[in-house]
Amino acid sequence: MTESVLSTLSLIILFLPLLGFTVVILLGKRFPKLYLFEVAILTIAFILSVVVMYSKLAYYLNSDIISSFNWITIGAAPLAGVINIELGIKIDNVTVIMLFVVNLISMLVHIFSIEYMHGDQRYTRYFANLGLFTFSMLGIVLTHNLLMMYIFWELVGLSSYLLIGHWYEKKSAADAAKKAFIVNRIGDIGMFIGILILFTHYKTFTFDTIFAQISQGNIPFNSEAWLTAAGILVFMGAVGKSAQFPLHVWLPDAMEGPTPVSALIHAATMVAAGVYLVTRIFVMLTADAMLVIAVVGAFTSLVAATIALTQNDIKKVLAYSTVSQLGYMIMSLGVGAYVFAFFHLVTHAFFKACLFLGAGSVIHAMHHEQDIRNMGGLRKKLPLTYATFLISTIAISGIPLTSGFLSKDGILAGTLAFGKLTGHWLIPIMGFTVAAMTAFYMFRLVIMTFHGEPRDHHKYDHAHESPWVMVGPLVVLAALSIFIWYTPNPLSPDAGWFMKEWVKTPSTVVPESSRFEFMQSASHETEVHGEVVHSPLYTETMHWAHYPAMGMSILLAGLGILFAFLFYQWKKINADNLATKIKPLYNFSLNKWYLDEAYDATAISGTLNFSKILSWFDNKIVDGAVNGAAWLGRFISSLSGLFDTFVVDGLVNFTAFFSGFIGLAFRKLQTGKVQTYIVFVVFAVIILLLFFKPF
Amino acid sequence: MAQVGLTHFLVVSSILFSLGIYGIITRKNAVMVLMGIELILNSANINFVAFSKYGNLGINGQIVALFVIVLAAAEAAIALAIVLNIYKTYANVNVDEIDHLKD
Repeated sequence: MTESVLSTLSLIILFLPLLGFTVVILLGKRFPKLYLFEVAILTIAFILSVVVMYSKLAYYLNSDIISSFNWITIGAAPLAGVINIELGIKIDNVTVIMLFVVNLISMLVHIFSIEYMHGDQRYTRYFANLGLFTFSMLGIVLTHNLLMMYIFWELVGLSSYLLIGHWYEKKSAADAAKKAFIVNRIGDIGMFIGILILFTHYKTFTFDTIFAQISQGNIPFNSEAWLTAAGILVFMGAVGKSAQFPLHVWLPDAMEGPTPVSALIHAATMVAAGVYLVTRIFVMLTADAMLVIAVVGAFTSLVAATIALTQNDIKKVLAYSTVSQLGYMIMSLGVGAYVFAFFHLVTHAFFKACLFLGAGSVIHAMHHEQDIRNMGGLRKKLPLTYATFLISTIAISGIPLTSGFLSKDGILAGTLAFGKLTGHWLIPIMGFTVAAMTAFYMFRLVIMTFHGEPRDHHKYDHAHESPWVMVGPLVVLAALSIFIWYTPNPLSPDAGWFMKEWVKTPSTVVPESSRFEFMQSASHETEVHGEVVHSPLYTETMHWAHYPAMGMSILLAGLGILFAFLFYQWKKINADNLATKIKPLYNFSLNKWYLDEAYDATAISGTLNFSKILSWFDNKIVDGAVNGAAWLGRFISSLSGLFDTFVVDGLVNFTAFFSGFIGLAFRKLQTGKVQTYIVFVVFAVIILLLFFKPF
Repeated sequence: MAQVGLTHFLVVSSILFSLGIYGIITRKNAVMVLMGIELILNSANINFVAFSKYGNLGINGQIVALFVIVLAAAEAAIALAIVLNIYKTYANVNVDEIDHLKD
């Protein structure tokens, strides 16, 4: 298989969902069965992506395939010169793995939705929008430049908006859709500015060209601060899309959308786009930018984990756990553990999609009951859902033999090494705390939902296991949460093909003065036979960190699980009593750190007040000026009217009156009597004669 | 005894003319007004004849005088017809009261 075939196949994969979207959205109303076409298209796309992944990893393991063309050439612009804007795709190992992940989960969600969304009034439109989303997401994955990245980024935001607002008759869903879109826009503004900084300097959007320029010491405006700023600003896009603090507030609200959508978009793929973006720009991140990213990620994961402890809505718990895990990935990129971040992105996509679809299955069985306080004992009614849910929970908690353990352990080791190398110990501390909390709240969720006695007998009696179109995807995803797919050694990912062969930390291109010492560069003779090797110091530290991190993470996860059982299974500790004892803390978590209230009080009411001031200005000043002008016009007109009435009309009337007056005087002469006239004539003749004296 | 000359004729015709004018202006009856007009015409005739004798008009003066007499007859006929019509309309021939011209 040649490179051109590979890139053609990738483009086919990219455009298939768009074809599905177009066909289904245009003809879906007339042919309601067309949703099967959409599902079929995704299946084809998935098979093709397996082919592409296999060919790439088997034949082009260490070489990237780039195919691009000049889209626009701006000739000799003043001060800028010739600018070429390229469109194109870049296929490297990360891309093909993402292609596989996105297409697999998208296909499974499509299949799951056939049953879950059955009877929905906008059934075909739902599938069309899923197709649009898949297209946009694949665009992000494949693109080789920032411009296309931004375009598909916004398309993903749009399709997310459409899918969250699928049940737009519900006010909360419509509000959540708007909130998601607006909050994302805030992050996107930063991303846009960052892209423009890079474009202004390098006159190109293409990643590799920019990176090549940086590695030659050509940094934006000759200042490392600008490079840091560009990195952080582009990262802001990821803060929005990947729901990082402080822009994470849209993700829990986005759970108003259909549950399969939550699984596909708000757990597995779209929110991972931010992480993917950071992996793309990873090589140009300076030390300062990485530190910012690490702190944001760590803090996000901590905030979300503490909130997840007390939530009672099954989807809300999962949503906060998603935010927390995304924080993990971002933190991992920030501390330089690039491979583990991407690894966690993949493993998390599978087990979180499984958890969400499992939640969907539970909600489906319970007739749209989402509050875990009304569940319980569902283990007997939904055995398959329970089994898959449990496997995924074990995976997310980081228990050995699961994929989650491998990636999480790697991230924790990365933070530990980072702490040792740079002295920022707070980041690993936050990371380990979150690991314990994750295990606790996930098992709390499982126990409350599936274990114990049913709390709502009416709903429990009607619950039934979901059909195979729903359980099938669950089984596939749960199977992918087992370690065996990634590495033969369940305790260390390093031996696995995923870590060892497929994904490697790319060499940083940042100048030596502004990068962490342990970040290696290609110019440092660390690149042997095209294979990037970590700097000795970093490798050594990672080895040092490996076992402590593993031990700690197992211990903390075990503790979390133990406490979850103590609280909710064996009821040795009364959760409610404890909650009343630490009421302020409990409420702080239950109310999501009062962040929504804080936004209401600051940003939202600020905007509203500002709008009110503007509206007042509009009403009083602008309208006042307009009305004043109108009044002035009327005033002048009335003056001119008065002049007309009295002066002009007066003159005319006076003329008429004067003529009338004279006429009145002269009409006396006209008696109508012939004799009078004759007298006049005679006298006139006499006067004429006297006057002219003809004699 | 002085010779009768042109002056005497002119004086007579002037007196006649003045009497005619006076009659026209002062009389109320339309017929009397017409008679005033006749007086004026005849004073003119006297002038014509006088100038025929003493001036250089020659025989033409006398011919014109004859024409005026004919004309006066025609005029009297028409004028009396008008007076008759006025009488039909107003039931009198009082010139004072016939002042519809002013309307």
